[in-house]
Amino acid sequence: MKIVVCVKQVPDTTEVKIDPKTNTLMRQGVPSIVNPHDKHALEMALSLRDQLGGSVTVLSMGPMQSQEALRECLAMGADHAVLLSDRAFGGADTLATSYTLAAGIRKIGEFDLIICGKQAIDGDTAQVGPEMAEHLGIPHITYASQVEAGADGAPVRVHRDGEEGTEILEVKLPVLLTVTHYGDGPRLPVVKGIRRAFRAEVDVWSVNDVEVDRNVLGLKGSPTQVRRIFSPDKRCGCEMIPGDACAAASVVATKLRELRIIGVGS
Amino acid sequence: MDFKLTAEQEMLRKTVQEFAAKEVAPTAAQRDEDEQFSRDIYNKVGALGLTGIPFPEEYGGAGWDNLTYIIAVEELSRACASTGITFSASISLAAWPILAYGTPEQKKQFLTPLADGSKLGAFGLTESGAGTDAAAQQTIATADGDNYILNGVKTFITNGGEAEIYVIMAMTDRSKGTRGISAFIVEKDTPGFTFGAVERKMGIRASATQELIFRDCRIPKTNLLGREGDGFKIAMATLDGGRIGVAAQALGIAQRALDEAVKYAKERRQFGKPISSFQGISFMLADMATQVEAARLLTYRAAYQKDQGQPYSKEAAMAKMFASDAAMQVTTNAVQVFGGYGYSREYPVERLMRDAKITQIYEGTNQVQQMVVSAAILR
Repeated sequence: MKIVVCVKQVPDTTEVKIDPKTNTLMRQGVPSIVNPHDKHALEMALSLRDQLGGSVTVLSMGPMQSQEALRECLAMGADHAVLLSDRAFGGADTLATSYTLAAGIRKIGEFDLIICGKQAIDGDTAQVGPEMAEHLGIPHITYASQVEAGADGAPVRVHRDGEEGTEILEVKLPVLLTVTHYGDGPRLPVVKGIRRAFRAEVDVWSVNDVEVDRNVLGLKGSPTQVRRIFSPDKRCGCEMIPGDACAAASVVATKLRELRIIGVGS
Repeated sequence: MDFKLTAEQEMLRKTVQEFAAKEVAPTAAQRDEDEQFSRDIYNKVGALGLTGIPFPEEYGGAGWDNLTYIIAVEELSRACASTGITFSASISLAAWPILAYGTPEQKKQFLTPLADGSKLGAFGLTESGAGTDAAAQQTIATADGDNYILNGVKTFITNGGEAEIYVIMAMTDRSKGTRGISAFIVEKDTPGFTFGAVERKMGIRASATQELIFRDCRIPKTNLLGREGDGFKIAMATLDGGRIGVAAQALGIAQRALDEAVKYAKERRQFGKPISSFQGISFMLADMATQVEAARLLTYRAAYQKDQGQPYSKEAAMAKMFASDAAMQVTTNAVQVFGGYGYSREYPVERLMRDAKITQIYEGTNQVQQMVVSAAILR
C-alpha cells in the first residue's frame, strides 16, 4: 500500500505564551515539534505498511526549517520525505495550502491512502485535509481511528470516532483520512532509525517543481485574511449552590438544561 | 570551539527522555522500595537500540559514538539511577572490553547480543579482599588442556545473577603480580558458576548486585580475553571508560535533583511567597545549577576525548570525581530545599541522595581518582 502522510511543523503550543499587549504569539525560544495529531497519522500509516507492505512518504509545506520535522518522521520509520518550500508558498491560508499540498501529492504520483492529522495545534482549522481531498477529487473520512484493509484493491473499512459512538464506513481507495488518535500513540524512533534519518535525503521542491497556477498560491491565493487576533475575555462567575447533595444536583441539572448544555430528556 | 551537540544527538536525547518518562520513571520509586530489578525495562532499552550506540554495525551496533552513549546514560539515570548503572555496566564494563580486546569470533558470539540488548553483561574484578587493591586477586584460573578452571568469589558485582555474559579477572600466574592476572568471558549457566549473597544496598536498590562464585568452573580456552597476563591492563582500561559512564550517571542524578528543587522552590510558599524568592534558596539553586553544568562539561569532554582516539584516563577520572561529588552535594541540597518533605520517602529527592552516594565509591573510589589524576599531572 502506498501511503502519503501530511505533516506540519508547529510551535509547541504547551510552551507558547501570548503577548497580552499585541495578542501575538511569543515564539522566541519555543521549540518546534511535529504536530501531535500528524504523528498519530504517521503511526497509522507505519502500522499499515508494517502489516501490508508498501511505503510511507511524508509531505510537508513550510520553511526549510521544517526539514527537522520530516527527519523526525524518517526516524520513526517513514521511507521518503518531501518538503514543499518556496517563498511563493508563504502566507497561505488553508485553501492555498491544500492546493499546494495536492500539487505535491500529484507529483509524488501513485497513492492509495493519504493520512493527515485532524488539525494542526497552531491554527486548529481542521480544513487542510478535507480540502486536499476535494482538490484531488477523492473521498475523505475525518476522525478515523482504525483502518481494516481488504484484499488488494478491495474497499477498506474505516472506523470513524464520533461523540456518540463509532461509525464503520467502507470506502474505495484512494481515500484521504484525518486522524485524532491512533492506537497506543506514535512510536518512538529507535536509534538505528535516527541514524538512518540523518543520512537520508529530504527532497525539497520549489514552485518550479510542481504543476501549479501561481495566482492561487501563498498569500495571493488566500481568501482568508487575518484582521485581528485577540484573546476572548475570560469571564467565569461562580455560584455556590447550598443544600444537601441531592437537592443541589437537581438545581445544577435544571440550570444546565436552561443553558441547553444538557438535553431535556437527560 | 563548539559546545553544540548535533541535531542527531539532540533527537537521541529527546527520544531517551520520552522513553524514560514513559517506561522508566513511573516505576522508579516502587522498584527502589521493593529492591526490584526489572529485566523488562532493560529489554525495552535494548529494543530502542540504546545498547548498540557505541558499537560497530557489524556487531549489531549503531556505529555511533561514546558521547551519544553517555547522553543516553545521563538521561536514563535522570529517571532512575538503577537503570542507568544496569545499562552502563553492561555496555562499558562487559561489551567494551570484548570490543577492544576480543577476537572476531568472541565479538560475534558475545558482543553482538550485548550490543543488540538481548543479553546483559557484567564485570567481575572486585573481591572481598581486593577492592582498591585490585591486584590482590584471589580468584585463580588454572590451565587444563583446552580449558581453564576458575575458582574464587567476586563481590559487589553489578548485574550479578541477572547478566548472561561476564568478564572476569583471575590470576593465571600469581608469581607475576598484576602481570599474572588474565581476563575471561564466562557465560551464565556454566557448570561450577553460581551466585551467592544478594547485596542489600543503601541506594541504586533496583539494580542487581550479587556475589559470583566459581567452584571448579571449566571454561574453554577460547574464552580468554586478550592474552594471558593482559587482565590487569584490560581491567584498568575498562574502568577508564566505565568512569565516564559513572560520571554520566552522577550527572543524570544531579540534573534530576536540580529539576525537582527548582520546581518545588517555585511552588512551595512560605511567608506568602514562593520560597524561590528568598536568596537563601535561590543562591543555593544557582550553585547547584553551576555544579551540574560543570559536571556535564567534564563528562562530555572525557567522552569526546575517547571518541577522538586521544588519551582519556585522566579526563575520565576528573569527570567521575567531580560529577559524583556534585551529585552528592546537589542531591543533599535538594533535600534541604524540600525541607521536611525532602526527608520523606513520599518525594523523590531522598532517593536521589541515596543513589548519589555510590557514584563516589564504585568503579574506583574518588580517592582512587585523585591517585589517577595526581599521577598524571606529576609525571
